[in-house]
Amino acid sequence: MSRTIPVRLNVNGVEHHLDVEPRVLLVYALRDQLGLTGTHVGCDTSNCGACTVHLDGRAVKSCTVLAVQADDAAVTTIEGLGTEEQLHPVQEAFWNDHALQCGFCTPGMIMAASALLAENPSPSEDEVRHALDGNLCRCTGYHNIVKAVLDAAASKSATIPQQPEVRA
Amino acid sequence: MSDVASGAATNGAPATAAHVGRALRRKEDPRLITGQARYVEDISLPGTLWAAFVRSPEAHAKIVSIDAFAAREREGVHAVFTGEDLSDLTDPLPCAWVPPGVELNNPDHWPLARGAVKHVGDPVAAVIGEDRYAVVDAAEDVVVEYDPLPVVTDPEAALRGAPFVHEQFGTNQVHQWSLPGGDLEAGFAQADVIVERRVVNHRTAGAPIEPRGVLADYRAGSLTVWSATQVPHFVRLFLALLLGISEDRVRVIAPEVGGGFGSKLQIYGEEIFTGWASRKLGQPVKWIETRSENMAVSHHGRDQIAYTKMGAKRDGTITAFHTRIVADLGAYNMVNTPSIPELGAPVMSGVYKIPVVQTDIVGVFTNKCPTDAIRGAGRPEATHMIEVTLDQLAAELGIDPLEIRRKNFIPKDDFPAETATGVVYDSGDYDKTLDRLLEHVDMAAFRREQEALRARGNYRGIGFSTYTEVCGLAPTRLFGPEGFGSQAGYWESAVVRVHNTGAVTVYTGTSPHGQGHETAFAQIVADKLGVDPEVVEVIHGDTGTGPEGRNTYGSRSLAVGGESLARCATKIADKAKAIVAHQLEAAPEDIEVREGRFSVRGSPDKGMTLAEVAGAAYLNNVPGGMEPGLEATTFWEPENYVFPFGAHACVVDVDPETGKVKIVRYVAVDDCGNAINPMLIEGQVHGGVVHAIGQALYEHVQYDEDGQLVTGTLVDYALPTAAELPSFETDRTVTPSPVNSMGAKGVGEVGTIAASPAVTNAVIDALRPLGVNYINMPLSPMRVWEAISEAQGASAKGGVPA
Repeated sequence: MSRTIPVRLNVNGVEHHLDVEPRVLLVYALRDQLGLTGTHVGCDTSNCGACTVHLDGRAVKSCTVLAVQADDAAVTTIEGLGTEEQLHPVQEAFWNDHALQCGFCTPGMIMAASALLAENPSPSEDEVRHALDGNLCRCTGYHNIVKAVLDAAASKSATIPQQPEVRA
Repeated sequence: MSDVASGAATNGAPATAAHVGRALRRKEDPRLITGQARYVEDISLPGTLWAAFVRSPEAHAKIVSIDAFAAREREGVHAVFTGEDLSDLTDPLPCAWVPPGVELNNPDHWPLARGAVKHVGDPVAAVIGEDRYAVVDAAEDVVVEYDPLPVVTDPEAALRGAPFVHEQFGTNQVHQWSLPGGDLEAGFAQADVIVERRVVNHRTAGAPIEPRGVLADYRAGSLTVWSATQVPHFVRLFLALLLGISEDRVRVIAPEVGGGFGSKLQIYGEEIFTGWASRKLGQPVKWIETRSENMAVSHHGRDQIAYTKMGAKRDGTITAFHTRIVADLGAYNMVNTPSIPELGAPVMSGVYKIPVVQTDIVGVFTNKCPTDAIRGAGRPEATHMIEVTLDQLAAELGIDPLEIRRKNFIPKDDFPAETATGVVYDSGDYDKTLDRLLEHVDMAAFRREQEALRARGNYRGIGFSTYTEVCGLAPTRLFGPEGFGSQAGYWESAVVRVHNTGAVTVYTGTSPHGQGHETAFAQIVADKLGVDPEVVEVIHGDTGTGPEGRNTYGSRSLAVGGESLARCATKIADKAKAIVAHQLEAAPEDIEVREGRFSVRGSPDKGMTLAEVAGAAYLNNVPGGMEPGLEATTFWEPENYVFPFGAHACVVDVDPETGKVKIVRYVAVDDCGNAINPMLIEGQVHGGVVHAIGQALYEHVQYDEDGQLVTGTLVDYALPTAAELPSFETDRTVTPSPVNSMGAKGVGEVGTIAASPAVTNAVIDALRPLGVNYINMPLSPMRVWEAISEAQGASAKGGVPA
């Protein structure tokens, strides 16, 4: 086994100390070491976006970040965005608008959309479509996803609260 | 845009329907939007080993030697297996289509290749070890020596002779199959005009965002397999047969499945191998497909070259339609491979009354990944052949494309309508869907706008597709061994179990992967039993918890599985009525389900809730001679297929300088009978349409002449993104099916079946003034630009067309 490197990650507000091989991708550190399996892997080439998480508040594809690059960073995954009891407005809108079918792209799609709304609280349809063009969905044809993001932006509750990105 | 079909609530739905027909949001979603769902990759067992496959880089070669010494020596590697190690498998991987009276060349196909590889990606060895990264490292250390053999990738060249993919047959032809209907010669003799087309329906990938995955756990003589599959019951059967394990000791679970689109309707070698390896090693074994593997070895779809010929009288009346199809089946017959092109033949008459219709199919081996079912499976190809040929016929006759369609529509009074080939369409009203479409699309205004734009050098076009399809698989009489030749019965099973408290668990033999069965099926059962859908839990995709099932494909789940559940719930309702009548001293026929209670007709205060009925049933407080308990099982199959239909319009802008096509507008009017949940229908239409837009404009699985896959990732294989697409306009008409009590038809594939000719016809409509009258998909900028250049008489390499 190759040598490992210690990494300190704040994930969904909880601090973790991991030992990872230098080549381990952030997505696999999250999934395999922390058991956060809501973040998915759908391709080998950073095209599909199923692995999108927030890294220090910005949406990144966690298959394109090494775990060691995230040392000292704050990560929010789908599990940290909202709970069934208290959904994030984008999660609520996805449910209301039937913006998901098989659900596999959904966590990444929601993380990308919530990052967009944090940056641009009232995007146009065109802005939503371009902001999500790094996230692939094979089920919905994107129609209801785009609708959900626009509805989340329009909803009163959607003065999108920034997730508490607690620095380590 | 309205999305609620007028009359949906009154058209055939029972008067007591409280939930059926409503756009309930999905019961599935809370776990999916919070990251709590469990897909195969999310499931771990203690002591799990990982598998990685060594795959052929050659398209066709003899395997000279495999040296796994270095791989076996690596830390954490438990074993390396090759084809010879699996000699205890009882049989090769199955092909389940045995058409009566048709000879089919069927080579052995093993989970790991034996002696030779036939396409890039064919697995030759598998490494099992403790860590997902380490097994990939070790797989790279396996040295395989190949002796390359000649490669054939062009199916028409393959039909002409050597080289052969499978030398033992002395031909690359897999089979020949025909569905005749009437006298072709006589039909064309009556035609004033005949048009012919070479319609290429290119190879595509299913490309679900979740790749495949398998976790197998053999212990204490029993095998449990979690697989990302659409067909857990079929996988269980073949694991039992091929591994020689008694079927009762094999359990297959399809957990959350991240899309399938047909590509997970298969008995894959990796599923069989992983089960075999777990038994061999006595530990759980897990394999997760990479996207690169998915593009290379998850079966592909389409890949047909069709020669279409349509004859008509001068007034536009079609007299005959003949298609000859060369189907590129790839290197092996997988579970349904050779039967897929045939699935279009039953609807080769389209929505038109054509006296003579014939389909002739030749299947061909090539050194490529096998093709099999991908969303629509044969019907998108058929619709494309019909609708693009018909548009050309209209152009040559100088008749409006919509007028020629209306002229040939099967009239609504003809239903149930028998076509020339003897297929009986269950119900239809084609003028109604086209009329509805034209309420959304003002054609006079469009043509004025089109002309004005053209005057400024902007090429806008509109294309139509009026379609029907055949789904709801299936009546065994027609589809099974004695009919079409598929080696199974195609009923579906259902169990309804009412618990002590009145909560309800239902089991379905269908196996969803995104469709929303948990919601729609709960709506159906809730209405029958007078309860809220929230208390109806729908269990699926687990061979260990419900009866034998026939799974999900061919838009069958609602029309067959949903109906089976409806009938099963009716049995429970009937039993409940008898119990209530017994308790309240009334006649069973006087008990009705009303406002959540089983009450005496005319005395709504006299009644019992389902919970009270269940309490009585489990206390054995039931009429004499009746069994205690409140549970029923149903196996049901339909008498006929169902035939959804519709009318779609696509508006495009084509840039003549670059050949780029932009979809400006897409309007879909579909008729899938009565709706259970209109929101789910709309979602299926959106996704289905985009699947076909992807094929029409972007997606193309390509091999070079050496059989190397050049579209092996999502970088090269262009799935549509949100940025290329517009929002869609959808509407429905409602023509109930007589085939099931709900009056419902399948809707999962209609968008994919309808849309590719609408897009193609729109591009041609835009470019006819430039002399372009046909382009084969995908309508990439290069192809469109070349077609314009050619039509303008410029060389393809020359300048921009005038």
